[in-house]
Amino acid sequence: MFEYNFHWRPVLKSLPDLLQAGLLTLEVASLAMVLGILVGLALALIRLNLRGPLRWFASSWIELARNTPALFQLFFFGFGLGAFGVHLTPYTIVLTALTFNCAGYLAENFRGGFQAIPDTQLRAARSLGMTATQAYTRIVIPQVLRMVYYPITNQMVWAVLISSLGMLVGFRELSGETQFFASRTYRIFEYFAVTAVIYYVIVKIILIASRLLAVKLFRY
Amino acid sequence: MEPSVQFFSGFNANDFLFMAEAAWRTLLISTVSIAIGTFLGAVFGWLLYEGKLAATMTLAPVLDAFRSVPLIIQLVLFYNFAPIVGLNLDAFESGVIVLTIYTAALVANVARGGIEAVGQPMRRAARSLGMTYWQDLRYVVLPIGGRAVFPSWVGVALGVMKDSALVSVLGYVELLKASQILITRTQEPFLILAFAGAFYFALSYPISLYAEKLENRWAQ
Repeated sequence: MFEYNFHWRPVLKSLPDLLQAGLLTLEVASLAMVLGILVGLALALIRLNLRGPLRWFASSWIELARNTPALFQLFFFGFGLGAFGVHLTPYTIVLTALTFNCAGYLAENFRGGFQAIPDTQLRAARSLGMTATQAYTRIVIPQVLRMVYYPITNQMVWAVLISSLGMLVGFRELSGETQFFASRTYRIFEYFAVTAVIYYVIVKIILIASRLLAVKLFRY
Repeated sequence: MEPSVQFFSGFNANDFLFMAEAAWRTLLISTVSIAIGTFLGAVFGWLLYEGKLAATMTLAPVLDAFRSVPLIIQLVLFYNFAPIVGLNLDAFESGVIVLTIYTAALVANVARGGIEAVGQPMRRAARSLGMTYWQDLRYVVLPIGGRAVFPSWVGVALGVMKDSALVSVLGYVELLKASQILITRTQEPFLILAFAGAFYFALSYPISLYAEKLENRWAQ
């Protein structure tokens, strides 16, 4: 039945390169998450509190990010912008598309979080003499972040998983690097099997780290 | 001198037909995968609920692995693994198999949540009325639990519909692959990607709005 000879040696030889590329995956995903959280917070606040063109902009961002495939968003930033003479490097394409996607999904989570915080909290903070900015950054947003902690963790995992699409726009993160080696040695199955394991380990590390961090953060 | 050979030609009616056909293929592969995957996922969810320790030790980690490895890696891996064990599958068949398992892994959790949403007292009451175990499942758990998790199931189904875009890496010409082909020829990335994005959006947005409305109505 098995007439195929598995060759694991080339994979083992390039394992350091793959792990290095795994770090790049983590880097781009983390960066996209940080940016995504900031933009997502802004989008959620705009959608909740403002009217007019800004709100329309935030709503369209959120709905477009949530209702089109991540691959489409990647192609859009990769090829679509070329129509306007904007040509980004593979790294920027993946980072922009990931940020766009994460910000949209996170904004919806944040919106739920903001709505769950009673209005009275904000008013109490204001009547204690805090400015609006203080009330938001010290009272409301910390509570929202705590509430959406698990959705954020899930989004981080999701960001790592969809960063793998980078291989389709020539970005050499973990998947792109794997494809590069696989097409050079023609050991496609072996390479992708090892990469699958690496992704699995990365995801597990993120989940375990986030649980540990939660214990530390949410002691009170 | 005028070039005698034209490399690029504009977007024409035939191309539109080509894209419509590709959109149909996107619908086809997602419908088939979602249908079979939902059924399998419901069975898995029931196993997870009833199987207690045995299922938690065996089925759960396997399903978890499918959620922790990028879909694109799963696709490439399976597509290259099938010939090793002597299966001769084309891109559509491989795509359906991988997407089905992926859907099942996601639906399993949703289904288990649905069964858990039906309270023990309700189920005991059903059994006390003389219903068999299967009658209880069919006439009590399915309508009540199914209703509780219907919105999350819609979310999963829409996610799979969007993720079906990744089957393009196997060479299956679905909507995004068709767009890519046309972009290469016509050099009009913006127009074509806008068409593709609009299709996904037009499919996904109304359904997600509808699910949200149902969720709000049932929550009351």
